[in-house]
Amino acid sequence: MTTDSTQTRSGGRKAGAKPENSLASGDRAGAGLDRGFAGLAKAAGIFILIILAFVALFLSWNSVGAVYQEEDGLILGRFLSYAWPFALGTVVVAVLALVMAAPVSIGVALYISHYAPPRASKTIGYIIDLLAAIPSVVYGAWGMFVLAPAMLPLYHWLNRWLYTWPEENWGWGIPFFAGSPGLGQNLFTASVVLAVMVLPIISSVCREIFIQTPKLHEEAALALGATRWEMIKMAVFPFARAGVISGIMLGLGRALGETMAVVMVVSGLGFQLSLISAGNSTIPREIALNFGETAPNTERWHQLIALGLVLFIITLVVNMIARWIVSRHREFSGAN
Amino acid sequence: MSKSITAKGLNVYYGDFLAVEGVNIKIAARSVTAFIGPSGCGKTTFLRTLNRMHEVLPGARVEGELLLDEDNIYGTGVDPVTVRSMVGMVFQRPNPFPTMSIRDNVLAGYKLNGARLSRGQADNIVEKALRRANLWNEVKDRLDRPGSGLSGGQQQRLCIARTVAVEPDVILMDEPCSALDPISTLAIEDLISELKEKYTVVIVTHNMQQAARVSEKTAFFNIAGTGKPGKMIEYDDTSVIFNNPANEQTERYVSGKFG
Repeated sequence: MTTDSTQTRSGGRKAGAKPENSLASGDRAGAGLDRGFAGLAKAAGIFILIILAFVALFLSWNSVGAVYQEEDGLILGRFLSYAWPFALGTVVVAVLALVMAAPVSIGVALYISHYAPPRASKTIGYIIDLLAAIPSVVYGAWGMFVLAPAMLPLYHWLNRWLYTWPEENWGWGIPFFAGSPGLGQNLFTASVVLAVMVLPIISSVCREIFIQTPKLHEEAALALGATRWEMIKMAVFPFARAGVISGIMLGLGRALGETMAVVMVVSGLGFQLSLISAGNSTIPREIALNFGETAPNTERWHQLIALGLVLFIITLVVNMIARWIVSRHREFSGAN
Repeated sequence: MSKSITAKGLNVYYGDFLAVEGVNIKIAARSVTAFIGPSGCGKTTFLRTLNRMHEVLPGARVEGELLLDEDNIYGTGVDPVTVRSMVGMVFQRPNPFPTMSIRDNVLAGYKLNGARLSRGQADNIVEKALRRANLWNEVKDRLDRPGSGLSGGQQQRLCIARTVAVEPDVILMDEPCSALDPISTLAIEDLISELKEKYTVVIVTHNMQQAARVSEKTAFFNIAGTGKPGKMIEYDDTSVIFNNPANEQTERYVSGKFG
């Protein structure tokens, strides 16, 4: 179709080669550009898919060595018992970070979009965006030297009242708060650092969405006698729902994959239930600390790659769940 | 139920810009009053001051008095939220909440008052409001479907039902039919003449036939030029405005000589 019309156009105008359909040769000059751009966009889309496929392929191919070795046969159990603490640590630290960051981010975004005077909101938005520009090493150093010592009193308090005291009196304390906080370089501190890191991502996505709430719906709520907060609940949140979930997922992706800050903040020993004493690790941290010292194609090397695959799958599943949540309410989304 | 509106020397400003100047008007309870005039003459602005909706724009303010029966809605200590729950508004484009079902849309204002309704009470309110908006028969089988799935005219009547459900004293309509086809327009116009039995209705319209059909009194607004404030030129019985206006500008406008 495409080639047909271009041929007719170039040929039809010059010589007597009679065009069958005069419309086919009457394309505006812009039409070729339009088709070119459509092709470019399509190529870009395909390119992304190809890259994704290659990454997945690379990870899967090199992960085989982690679950199958010539001399031992299938060793899935060995890999799983090695990998699960890291997978768990990754998910826990990321979810904790989100639980802390999401409400604050939404609050910040709402303040900027609906509460702050116009001039102040620009400045605040700019400052929040600046947070995203700070390198993660800096966040790591800050977490290690400033945040960890500052959190110590809280850890001691949690340990005292949620673990030691109930254990002495009832023989059981909440295991998440067991053990000595030491220097405060633990999973919980890491999640606070991550929360600060994902805050600008979530809040800027939310802000953009909140600002786009149709004036029409905001005024509909106000005209019914809604207060500003009621208007936000009636008009802004329902409209922004999908976007807020996307923003949170973007933040979750960042938190799951964040390496440097976690490497610096967590002094990881073996797995333990306690969040407030030294120990535990995450997948990116394990890979980053060990990959350089591992000879290629050993089982250890394959294990590290396979860990990467696990992280990839976790991210994928999280994103699919998010999409599903968003699509469940499609009919009421206002897009129809 | 149903209150009169009195404006005394009302000036409306956006920042330093005087948008509407010196409006004096007395609108009786249980009547339909139409505001007509060329675009930009301040009739919508003035309408929005009647329930303080103009305040959503930063810098908007009002001088003068605006009485709802005897109470000044711009008096000290008056919360715009209170005013708006007494003076409902229907907008130019239908704006049902897209994430809510038809039923929830009707109940939206009710829920704001924090009223805990039993299922039966809520059903009653929904039916009553939808019947009053002449929409009940068309939607009674699909109350749980999204309100955005209705046609434009139905959506606008849904918005009227939503406004009526909270039992306001006054209903303001800002060109409620300008986005609708003639048949939906007729449905809304019929509705307006029913609504005036219970409510004070004020309607802004660009359609002079519509003003002539639905209203008892008509106010003509005009503007001397860009940057000048809009003014209310003449306010009288609708038949007088259209047949025998006192002011020459009104005469020229209603006879289609300008605007």
